[in-house]
Amino acid sequence: MRIIAPLLCGLIFGAGLLISGMVQPAKVLAFLDIFGAWDPSLAVVMAAALAVSVPGFRLADRGARPWFAGQYFRPGKSGIDLPLVAGAALFGIGWGLVGLCPGPALESIASLSPGIIVFVGAMAAGMMAHDVWQQRRPNAQRDRQLAGATDG
Amino acid sequence: MDNFTPVSAAIGGALIGLSAVLLMLSTGRIAGISGIFAGLLNVRGEDKSWRIAFLAGLILAPVLAGLIGYGMAQPALPSNWTFIAVAGLLVGFGTRLGGGCTSGHGICGIAGLSPRSVAATVIFMVMAIVTVAVTRHVLGG
Repeated sequence: MRIIAPLLCGLIFGAGLLISGMVQPAKVLAFLDIFGAWDPSLAVVMAAALAVSVPGFRLADRGARPWFAGQYFRPGKSGIDLPLVAGAALFGIGWGLVGLCPGPALESIASLSPGIIVFVGAMAAGMMAHDVWQQRRPNAQRDRQLAGATDG
Repeated sequence: MDNFTPVSAAIGGALIGLSAVLLMLSTGRIAGISGIFAGLLNVRGEDKSWRIAFLAGLILAPVLAGLIGYGMAQPALPSNWTFIAVAGLLVGFGTRLGGGCTSGHGICGIAGLSPRSVAATVIFMVMAIVTVAVTRHVLGG
């Protein structure tokens, strides 16, 4: 079950992106284009997802441990700091350039579209570049200890 | 707004939320795609099996949909590969620095009532809207 459960969750997540149309960059860009032919669908996707996940996470808060694991892995940080603001801003710019965020990009890998492969390769390179840069910073050790668990 | 598809958006969104809740209740993990993927890239020996299983499910979804006749159109992307690569680098670096993406902060973080995730979601939404406004309406892309 430790493998089957996340596999099924990935399938359900992928089905959600497919049915909502969010796997199509054009649909996402149409939501972000508020000065053009605006498509509010992504707002409905977010609202529906939160309508399920907010009560669902409250349920998880009440349980002592998950069904198939020893503990919950929840983010340790709660404050708003410069890395969060800068990182979210950079991600937003990249997302707005082509309409791809990590979920739909990885889901579309099987299409073998050259553009998707270039995007996912660059995304992996950007992630690894960040981790190398973090490890070389003088205060990196202290920061890692302060950070505790990582975010999603 | 003639491209608005509220019914499929609501059904799809509910499934995304359901997936995040089931992953948390079953394995105790956050369904943050950038975090799940980044965890596969580092060399440290943390548990990778659940990450591989989740991403395998995500990639299999459109393959299975194609087998039952709901084939997905090829994603429409710009033809300029340098442009795509810059976007990918920004998404990769930014999601690591900011600790999450649309799923980790936007769905799971907000569902966990984290002020950090609310702030991140507002910032990346606003920056993406500004980016689209500039590329489409100022530069006329």
